[in-house]
Amino acid sequence: MIRPQDLLCPKPEGLYCAPGDFYIDPVQPVARAVITHGHSDHARSGHGAVLATHETLDIMGERYGLGFAEAMQAAAYGEAVARDEVEVVLVPAGHVLGSAQAVVRWKGLTMVVSGDYKRRRDPTCRPFEPVPCDVFISEATFGLPVFRHPDDRGEIARLLRSVAQFPERSHIVGAYALGKAQRVIRLLREAGWDKTIYVHGALERLNALYQKHGVDLGPLEPATTKAKQDFAGCIIVAPPSALQDRWSRRFPDPVGAFASGWMQVRARARQRGVELPLVISDHADWDELTTTIDEIRPGELWITHGREEALARWAELHGIPARALALVGYEEEDDD
Amino acid sequence: MRAFAELLDRLSLTGSRNAKLTLVRDYLRDTPDPDRGWALAALTGDLTFSAAKPNFIRKAVEERMDPQLFWWSYDYVGDLAETVALVWPRRPGANREPELSEVVEGLRTATRAEVQRLIEGWLDAMVEPRERWALLKLMTRELRVGLTARLAKRAAAELGGVEPAEIEELWHALHPPYEDLFAWLEGRSEKPSSENPGRFRPVMLAQAIDEEVDFGKLDPADYAAEWKWDGIRVQLVNEGGERRLYTRTGDDISRTFPDVLDALFEEGVLDGELLVVRDGQVASFADLQQRLNRKVVDAKLLAQYPAGVRAYDLLAEGREDTRTLSFRERRARLEAFVSRQASPRISLSPLQPFETWPELAAMRAEPPAGDPQIAEGLMLKRWESMYEAGRPKGPWFKWKRDPYLVDAVLMYAQRGHGKRSSFYSDYTFGTWTQDEAGKRYLTPVGKAYFGFTDEELKQIDKFVRDNTVERFGPVRSVRAEPHFGLVFEVAFEGLQRSGRHKSGVAMRFPRINRIRWDKPPGEADELATLERLLERMEAR
Repeated sequence: MIRPQDLLCPKPEGLYCAPGDFYIDPVQPVARAVITHGHSDHARSGHGAVLATHETLDIMGERYGLGFAEAMQAAAYGEAVARDEVEVVLVPAGHVLGSAQAVVRWKGLTMVVSGDYKRRRDPTCRPFEPVPCDVFISEATFGLPVFRHPDDRGEIARLLRSVAQFPERSHIVGAYALGKAQRVIRLLREAGWDKTIYVHGALERLNALYQKHGVDLGPLEPATTKAKQDFAGCIIVAPPSALQDRWSRRFPDPVGAFASGWMQVRARARQRGVELPLVISDHADWDELTTTIDEIRPGELWITHGREEALARWAELHGIPARALALVGYEEEDDD
Repeated sequence: MRAFAELLDRLSLTGSRNAKLTLVRDYLRDTPDPDRGWALAALTGDLTFSAAKPNFIRKAVEERMDPQLFWWSYDYVGDLAETVALVWPRRPGANREPELSEVVEGLRTATRAEVQRLIEGWLDAMVEPRERWALLKLMTRELRVGLTARLAKRAAAELGGVEPAEIEELWHALHPPYEDLFAWLEGRSEKPSSENPGRFRPVMLAQAIDEEVDFGKLDPADYAAEWKWDGIRVQLVNEGGERRLYTRTGDDISRTFPDVLDALFEEGVLDGELLVVRDGQVASFADLQQRLNRKVVDAKLLAQYPAGVRAYDLLAEGREDTRTLSFRERRARLEAFVSRQASPRISLSPLQPFETWPELAAMRAEPPAGDPQIAEGLMLKRWESMYEAGRPKGPWFKWKRDPYLVDAVLMYAQRGHGKRSSFYSDYTFGTWTQDEAGKRYLTPVGKAYFGFTDEELKQIDKFVRDNTVERFGPVRSVRAEPHFGLVFEVAFEGLQRSGRHKSGVAMRFPRINRIRWDKPPGEADELATLERLLERMEAR
C-alpha cells in the first residue's frame, strides 16, 4: 500500500520527494530542486539542478545572476518530466508570471503542490488550472474568512478617483516588485490610465522582463526624472518599504497607497500609515481557497504555510481530511 | 451607502485636515439629497435614533458560520464590528443594497425588536465589507473617523462658497437631512432663516500679536486691554425661554453646567470664559477639568468646583442683536447687564487701564496681584470694532505671556502621520532625576510634535535614525546619555499635577522652542526644577 508520505514529506529544507530525490521550493541549497515560482522565499540561489518554467528561470537569472544554479532545466506548462521513478508536470498557478503547481505522479498516486496561487483573472499570467489528485497541497496565506478580496478593478477605480480628487498631490502605490507591481500597472492600463507611470529603481529590471514576455506595461519612467512639484497628479509605483522611506519625500504630499491582501484589515493599514489601502492580492482569498478545495475534492488536503488551522478546520467540516505541514521559511506576502 | 462607506474609510485613514475637507466637500457635492444630508448629520453627531448595541451582532454572525472560525477571525482582527463586516457571508438573492437614507430612516423608525432584523437584512444585502463596516459604525452613532463637527460644517461651507460662520449660526435652526441648506449652498433658494431662540452665534477670535510689527502701527488709545483667562471660551444664552451654554465651536454643554445656566436670569447672550471660581478667586484649569465632560453632575461636585462665567462681551440684550454695535457701546451695556444679574457666577472681566505699550508690557511681565497672576496674557480689543465672526485681522489681538522654558532630553521618537509618515516627528522628552542609590536617570515629562521647521525636522529625523537604541513598532528609543543625545528647549504654558505620568507633572501646550545641538544632555534640567515651578504656581 503506497502512502502519500512515501512520495512527499516535509523536511527542514522543504518538501522532499524521496523516489525522485528532489525538493520542491527548498529554503536551503539542495542537490535537486523543483521551483514553483520566482518569489525569493520559494526560489533561492545555490541549488545543484533546478527544474522550473522558462519564465521562472528567467526571473531567477535576473535576480541572482545567470549562475544561480549548476544546471537549469526549463519545462513548458503541461510537459511531463521524469525524475527517477517520478513524473513531474508543471501546471499554471495563476500567482505571478511563470508560476506553476507541481503535479507529482508515482505508482498511480497523484499529488499536487500548489505553490502560491490565486483563482481570479490576472492579465500578467496564465490562470490556475485545477488538477484532480489524491492529495492537494495548498498554501493558506489568507486562510481566514476575514480575507475576501474585492474585484481588483474596483480597487484600481478607487485609486484613479483619488488621483482625480487630489490633483495637487502624488500617489505612491506600494507593490511587491515581482508580480504585484506589474499587475497593478497592467490594471491601470486596462482602466484607461495611459499616462506615464513612474517606477522605483527596484522594479525596473522585472518590469523589463515582463515586457520581454509580452506583458505590455505602457510608458514607464524612473521616478527620478522630474522636479518635485511636477510629480503632482502622477502615479508612482514602488516597493512597499519605500512608502515610509525617505525616498518618498521627493514627491509632493504623497498619498500612500498599498496594494496587498493584508490591506483588508484596517489595523494593518493604520500601522503602516497607509492612506489609501488597495486590497489587491496575488494569493487566493478565503473563498478561492475553499472553492478550489471543493472543486478538486482531493482525498486529503495538506497545508504548507499561512493560517493552516482555519483552513484545516473548514476542510474537516466538509469531510476532507486535512493536515498542516507547518513548513517554515515562507514569508507572508508583502509582510515586511 | 457605498459612497458613504468609502468616505468613512478614507477619513479614518487620512490625517491631513485639508484632505478631509476635500473628501467631505466632494462627497456632499456628488451625492444627491437626502443621502448627503443624513451623512452630514452623521458626521456632525446630529443623528437622533437610539443607538443599537453591537453585542447582538455576534450572535447573529455565529448563526451564519462556524463559531470556531469566527473566533479565530475575531482574534486576528481584534475589533468586533470590523470582524463581522469582513466575515459576514454574502447571501445571494438578498435584497438590493440599501441607500444611506433608507438605513437612517429605518433606524429612526424601527422598534428595538425590529432593529436587529433590519440590520441583519442590510448586512445580507451588502456586497463590500467596507459598507458593512460603515453600517455597524453608523448604528452605534459613534463614527470615530477623526473628523470634528466643525470641520464637516466647514466642508459644507466650501461647497457653497460661504463663510463657515454663516453655517455655524444657522446650524441650530436646521434639521437633517438639511435639504434647505443644500438648496441655498447650491444657489437654488434663499438662505434659510436662523431665527431660532437659544441658537449659537459664531464667535469672534483674536489674532496673535506680532510685537515687532504691530505695536509700531497701533495707537494705544484705540485699544482696550483685558486679561486673558485660562478657562474655556463659552457663550451663555437666555433667549425665548431657552437657556444654553455653548463652547466656542457650538457644542452644547448646558447639561454639564446647570449652576451657570441658572445664574443668567435676564434674556441676553454673553461671551466669556468658563472658570471655576471660589470666593471670587479664579481656580486653576485643573479644577475646571473636573467639571468638563461629565455626564452626571451631583451636588457634591457642584459645591466642590463652583463654575462661573467671566463675561467680556454682550452679543444680544433682550431680543436685540448687539453685535453690530462698537466694542465701546457693547462694553457699557455689558457692565450694566452683568451688575443687574447680581450673581457670583457671572462676573465682569475687568479692563486693565494703560497709557502706553511699554507700560502694558511691564504689566504683562509682572501682573498685578490677584487673578491676573494666573492669566494667560492680555487681550487687546479695538474700541470701535464690531463683533465679527471668525478671526478678522486687526480688531482683536491676543498677547500671551512668555512661555515657561525647560531644557529636556529627547528619549523616544514616533513616526508621524500623513505628510509626516516618513518622519520621526513626535518626540517624548525627559528631565533628570535620581533613584534611591543617587544615580541620575531620565524620566519622561512630556511629548511634543511641533515647533520646529521642516528643515529642522529632517535633521532631527536623521538624528533619530542614526542613534536608535531600540524599536517598538512605530516608536524608537534614542540614545540619551549624559555626554551624548539631543537636547530640546521646550516651551510650555503651564504645569499641572498628573497621576497618569510617571514624573507626576503634565505640561500644557508643550512645543519645541529651540534645538540645542550644542548642549550636552547631562546639563539639561532636573525634574526638581519643574516641581518647584509647580509649587510656585499652586502657592499663588
